Amino acid sequence: MSLFLNECYTQMNQGEVIVAYKGCINADIISNTLNLIESKLDESVPNTPIRKKLYNVLVESLQNLFHHVDIPPDLDTECESNFGVFILSKVDNSFRIATGNFIKNSKAPILKEKIDKINSLSKEELKDFYKFVLNNQTFSEKGGGGLGLIDIARKTGNKLDYTFYDYSPEYSFFNMNVLINE
Amino acid sequence: MELINIEGTPKTPTVTMNPTTGVVEIKGRSIPENSIEFYKPVVDWLDEYSSNPAPKTVVNVQLEYFNTSSSKCILDVFKKLEQIKLVNADVVINWYYEEDDEDMLEAGEDYESIIKVPFKMIEIVD
Repeated sequence: MSLFLNECYTQMNQGEVIVAYKGCINADIISNTLNLIESKLDESVPNTPIRKKLYNVLVESLQNLFHHVDIPPDLDTECESNFGVFILSKVDNSFRIATGNFIKNSKAPILKEKIDKINSLSKEELKDFYKFVLNNQTFSEKGGGGLGLIDIARKTGNKLDYTFYDYSPEYSFFNMNVLINE
Repeated sequence: MELINIEGTPKTPTVTMNPTTGVVEIKGRSIPENSIEFYKPVVDWLDEYSSNPAPKTVVNVQLEYFNTSSSKCILDVFKKLEQIKLVNADVVINWYYEEDDEDMLEAGEDYESIIKVPFKMIEIVD
């Protein structure tokens, strides 16, 4: 198990790492991580709009790990809630946010289809899609609004890069990477 | 109706709602994991207020950040304002955004295109 995760983690770990986290994800951990990153960004990113954009995308990325995660029963973890991986790094002239979580294979095709659709849309089409989902879709039972990925794509202006790593016949490890250009 | 005054936290905004003056303010950060829970009293208050609104309702939204979970709740708040406007009361939404924060301006414009209430985009210059 941990060998598998370590391999995924190594794949995700690129550039100059600012914050890396692997473990349980709950509301307190999200708050603490955001506080830590915010104080780091205040020092290192003088450009306020970029800093705000980065912070916004961080919030969505972390909350995606909170709302949409499955845990394989054989995963050796003490987490009562979710398990996830999160790495913020600097790669060339961009910030890179890598997130990873387990997902049931039965849900993977829907997620893949959604990301592929988002990646196929132009800036204007993304705006329309965002407004459509905002105005027409109700909340999922976990509280996600279905807008997170669209918002990330819109704010970054970049494609969502992703990989599903096979874990077991029932579960995969889903890794998504987004770049925020400085 | 009572005056509402919800103090802000690192994840939730300061909200004040005054039924006599008709001034509603939402200010700060709105990034809670469960935004439905946070916005329920706000939407409920507006629901009651809409039956007997002040002659003019001014809504000041000055958010530094908001997550997509809040964006749906903010739309619900604005939809209540649309109802208030339907009973011939005057309603205006002042949408504040910081200088150069194009994402926040664009977010305001998204709402403006969905909601039939006049918006005023106000740039905050340091």
